[in-house]
Parts: sequence; C-alpha cells; structure tokens
Amino acid sequence: METPRIGSVIDGFTLTERLPSGGMATLWRASHPDHAVPLVMKIPILDPGADVSTIVGYETEVMVHKRLSGPHVPAFAGAGDLAALPYIAMAFIAGERLAETMHKAPLPIAEVVRIGGAIAIALADLHRQKVVHLDLKPENVVMRPDGAVLLDFGLSRHAELPDLLGEESSAPMGTAAYLAPEQVLGDRSDPASDIFALGCLLYQMATREEPFGRPATLPGMKRRLYHAPRPPRALRPDLPAWLEEIILRCLEVDRSRRYAEAAKVAFDLRHPDQVVVARQRKPAAPPSLGQRLLARFQKREESEVLGPSTCARREAGPAIVLAAVDLSGAHDELAQAILAETRRLLDAREDSWLACLTILRTELLRDDQGLDAQGRSAYIGRLVALKDWARPLHLREDRVSYHVIEAVSAADAILGYAEHNDIDHIVLGARGSSAVRRHLGSVSTKVVAEARCSVSVVRIKGGATS
Amino acid sequence: MAPGAGGWHSGGPIPAVLPPMRIAVLTDLHANREATEAVLAAVARLAPDRIVLLGDIVGYGPDPVFAVEATERLVADGALCVLGNHDEATVQGPDGMTPHAHDAILWTRRQLSPAHLAFLSRLPLTAELPDLLLAHASAATPAKWPYLRHEKAARDCLAATAAPLVICGHTHAPAIYYALPGREPMRFTPLPQVAAPLSAIRRHVVVVGAVGQPRDGNPAACFALLDTDRSEVTMVRVPYDTQETARKIAAAGLPDWLGLRLQVGR
Repeated sequence: METPRIGSVIDGFTLTERLPSGGMATLWRASHPDHAVPLVMKIPILDPGADVSTIVGYETEVMVHKRLSGPHVPAFAGAGDLAALPYIAMAFIAGERLAETMHKAPLPIAEVVRIGGAIAIALADLHRQKVVHLDLKPENVVMRPDGAVLLDFGLSRHAELPDLLGEESSAPMGTAAYLAPEQVLGDRSDPASDIFALGCLLYQMATREEPFGRPATLPGMKRRLYHAPRPPRALRPDLPAWLEEIILRCLEVDRSRRYAEAAKVAFDLRHPDQVVVARQRKPAAPPSLGQRLLARFQKREESEVLGPSTCARREAGPAIVLAAVDLSGAHDELAQAILAETRRLLDAREDSWLACLTILRTELLRDDQGLDAQGRSAYIGRLVALKDWARPLHLREDRVSYHVIEAVSAADAILGYAEHNDIDHIVLGARGSSAVRRHLGSVSTKVVAEARCSVSVVRIKGGATS
Repeated sequence: MAPGAGGWHSGGPIPAVLPPMRIAVLTDLHANREATEAVLAAVARLAPDRIVLLGDIVGYGPDPVFAVEATERLVADGALCVLGNHDEATVQGPDGMTPHAHDAILWTRRQLSPAHLAFLSRLPLTAELPDLLLAHASAATPAKWPYLRHEKAARDCLAATAAPLVICGHTHAPAIYYALPGREPMRFTPLPQVAAPLSAIRRHVVVVGAVGQPRDGNPAACFALLDTDRSEVTMVRVPYDTQETARKIAAAGLPDWLGLRLQVGR
C-alpha cells in the first residue's frame, strides 16, 4: 500500500488533514461523498515485524465497532480489507477531550458528577449492546453537550463474538492505571470492569491522583487485588461522603460489592441524597504481616477475592424497577396488587433496586418555585404513604428510593422519570374502565404505548367496572 | 490463499476472493424428514444463492428414502453434496460403527432401492467452491472420518488444504475455528442466529451442526448460512416436531435411544 498522504483517496475516502496520533496508527481527517458528517480515518501501522497482537487488536476494533450504534460511539463509516488495506473510518467527534480536562484536576465536584454521570450513561448504552470496552481512560472519552462519546474499541469484547484478542494472550491488556483487578488476571468478560475504570476516572477527576498509579509489572498491577487505594477524602477533605461512597463502590475488588450496572452509578450521581454511605468500610490499611503469611500458606486462588462475575446477576432480572402507585385513595386493593407484582420482579435479582413513584396531581403548573405550606404538607403526606406502601418489601435502604412528583399528566411524569433514570421495568396499575377513562385514555395505556422498556400493568382480576 | 507467517501485511499477493454469495450449508440429515422439511422451508425463506450438503444423508433416522430423494432433487437443482460415513456404510456395509449406528445402517440398507444406493455411492469425499473446501468430517484424511472436536484436529484439517475456508459437519455440534499463520487455531462456539464474523487475515474451519440429530444440547435442527460478501456465518436453528420423528423411529423398530436423543439434543 502507498504511504497515505493528504489528498490520498482510499475506497472513496479522501484524506484531508493529518491528526496527531500515537505510534500504532496514523490518524486523518477524511471525507466521503456518502457521508455528510466529517470523518476520521485510522490507519494502523503494520510493519512486517509488527507484533501479531497489533493486527488482532485492529481486527477486534473493526469487528466490535461496526456492530455499535447510538449517540455514545462515533458512527462507523467503513473499514478496509485487513489482508490488503487495513483502516477504520468513523464520524469525527468534536468536543472536550477528557484527557485535556484531566490536566485541570482536581475538578469542581459538580464537574466530576457531570462528567462521571455522562460516562456512566455511555457505558450503560455500550453494555446494553453486549460490549465491554475494557480500555476506558481519559484519552478514550470525548464530552459533548449532549453526553459522553467513547472511543477506541481495540481491546473491547463482544459477548456474542469470538474473543480473538483474549485468545492471543492471557497477559493483562489495557492501561495499568485503569485496569480492573479481574482484567489483571485475564478476565475480559465482565461489564463491571468498565465500572471499575470509571471509578478510577472519578477518583482521578476528584483528587488528581490515579488510585493505583501506573505499575509496569504484573506483580505491581496485582497489588490492587489486595491493597485498597487511599480514600479520596483523605486527599480531598471537601469531597462529599456520598461521592466517596460512589467512587469506592466502583472500585470494589469483590464484584459482589461493586456496582453491576453503569445506569445505577449514573442514578446515584444524580441523586446524592439516595446514596447510603456504608457505615463500615474495609480499612484501607494493608494486610498485616500475619495476614500475608496466612494467605501465602493457604495459597488462596487469586481470583477468589474477585467474587463472581456480574454477568449472571445482570441476566437474572431487571436492575432498576420503577413502581408507580396511586396513593390518592384510602386502602387500595390495586396498590397491594402492584406491591405483589413488584416483589416478584425484585426477587429475580438480589441486587435489583426499586424506585417508588407516586404522582401528586396539580391542575396547573404553579408560577412560584417553592411549595406553599399546604402543598408541602400534601407532599410529605404522600411521601409517608409511599414509604408505608413499600415497607412490606423489607428492602435495605440502599435498594429503594422514594419520589413524589408533582405533575399535570401522570403518564408523562412516569415516562419522563423512566427515560431519565434508565429504568428497566415499570410496574403500574390499571383500574377498571370508566366512561371518563375511555374518553381520555388511561395512564397505563399511554405508558405501555410510549415506554422504552418493559411495562407490567397490574389489574384486579374480575374487578368491577366503575 | 494460504498466508505465510506475517503474510497479512501489504506487499503480498492480493488474495482471491469468493464471489459475493450466500450459501446454505446442510449436514447430517440422518433420514430425519421432519427436521429436513423444517430446514428446507427456512432455507427457502432465506433464498440463498447456493445449497451445499455435507453428507450423512441417511443413518439413525426413519425416513431414508425421503432423505435420499430430497437430496437428489437438490443436487439436480445445482446443490453440491459430499459423502458421509453413514452414507458410505449404507452402501458398503457397517464396519466399526457403534451398535445403534450399526443396527440403523442394516435397517436403512433394506429400505433403499439400488438407485438410491447408486446415488449415495457416487457422492465425492470432498467438493470445492472458490476458496472453499467442503468435506463431511475434515479436509485431513477425509475417508477416515476423524471428529473435528478440538483445536489440534482443526490444525490438521487446515494443514491438509490451501483453501482459506473449510466447512464440515460430522460432529453434530456447531463450532468455528479461527487460525492465524503459525498458531494453534482458536475454537469458538457460535450462538444460534447470531452472525459470527470471518476474518480476512485468518483461515477458518466451520463445523456445522446437524439437521437431523443435533448433539449440542439444543434439539432444534441446525444449518449454516455463509455470507461471503459480509464475511459472516450464522448457525440457524429451526425447531421441528421431534416427537413425531421419535414415534417413527420406534415404529420402525429402530433403537429407542435414537428417538430419545432427538428430544434432548444429545
């Protein structure tokens, strides 16, 4: 292949500008008559003596990237024949590069939350498409006004495709600063690895420090299996406790204690008041000599400390359930039936989590922002009723949250909440038909029609029509 | 093409490329009429450019006449078909087979006419399309019917041919082996109905699951759709009435296990 230069035309792509890049590939701005958006083309440098993992990484990148879509990845535009003319072309992503922003760390708390939340949403979208990124780092994140875009799928893994890269080597692949402990041991299958890397990014944005440094050796990387990083609040005392809690839950070595869902990280970042700060966290002190000797003699499998993969949990059932319940009446058979259905859904998955929602109907949106005394009392009354409704579920406080929302349209409020919080499953009730409901359409009908997730509609069997 | 070590970089000869084509690959029909009819209906909906059959048209199952005649019709319409070990045993007599297979072969021989046997006896051990070798068991010692169940067998298979892609059956369990020059191939179990990519820098052995007697725990009939334009292969699964086939197996006096296994896919 000819050396690419400005003006070169490759499979219809015209190279227009050379961009700075690392040593593995050259990067070009490019255009193509079939693509209206500006493009970027990445041409791997494959010397005859190049390590085979370079070409396999490129092969992996094409295989994964061409299957991805949505606002959180650059749109795939094309790839060259690997055996003849390897390249990958995609939409050019203009925006604020996290690698640049990171130079300004420590960042204001609001910035940490904004960027971290956007990355969590992007990861949730990636994981929904069955892909684990496995190389999340500042260089691979671009912030746009409408969210984060993730770049470079050269180390990624698609759950339904062969892991060509993983078969090449069992050595850890990725960037030492952001590698999850299970990646250090060669496991490339768990979306929670990206959540660990997100924890590293949050830690770094908040404190400027990388929680595990950049060890160059395998034993150096394995330290993170046994040595917790310094708590971020030790480095930055003004960091809120709830944010430290979120960061440390991302960084749990034991995956049964780590967030299993990026969407839940995003939710917690948005709702600090709902984050339950652990009363007793493991001490950050390194294990004592005695413990280390004991561990040596017991010859524990290293992977034991990782806990089980989160994949089984992720498949067991919905992670985030929204129960919308009408508590405007007195004791209500329908509310009890919604509770029973909610319980069945939550039982499917031990770490599932429930958002309880009730709507306080307002006839018109008030002009003033604050609630008057009467409104305040109605709000509190409904919140008390909502907590009372959910009490028989006996959920730990970190598995449930309560929301009273004032709205003119209950259906719009439920749909808006579900969309904004990445809800997996909505449970709500439908009352018997009535002339008014037939005329106006019911809340459940609208939610079923417009929700972008599963919806269970609960009805009392044989209930009287009113 | 058979790239030498490091042969993926520029400067090498541009590999011959298959003409863009969608090929349906059916193997191990094993005289199972219900499975074959369900698969042929699914194939018709996909409208491939070509159909190939990888042998074991008969054996085990209760409908050998149907299976041979259906295959003859497909071949008359342009399909390729190679010989399987059960087809060979039906023509030549069972030798060294498991007791159930042995009994079924003797029964099958009694059902088929000389014309049916003549058709089976004319099937070749291997067949070729551009850049593609077809065999029932393996490209390596195809007449010895080795089982391609692990990486070493895949390596032997690829070593025996220059074709970049070998497609076989015989094991009744779908698998794809990805091979880079000078390395042990990597085994991958493709998921049902999910297109698995084939790579321009690798050679591949695709082992197609059985139409008439799946053994990978999924009782649904299996066939493969190879799309050379997209460089993808998909294991398509088609559920069929296994109880009806089992009933016929029992009615024919064939061993009960041959009917039972269809219902569990083992």
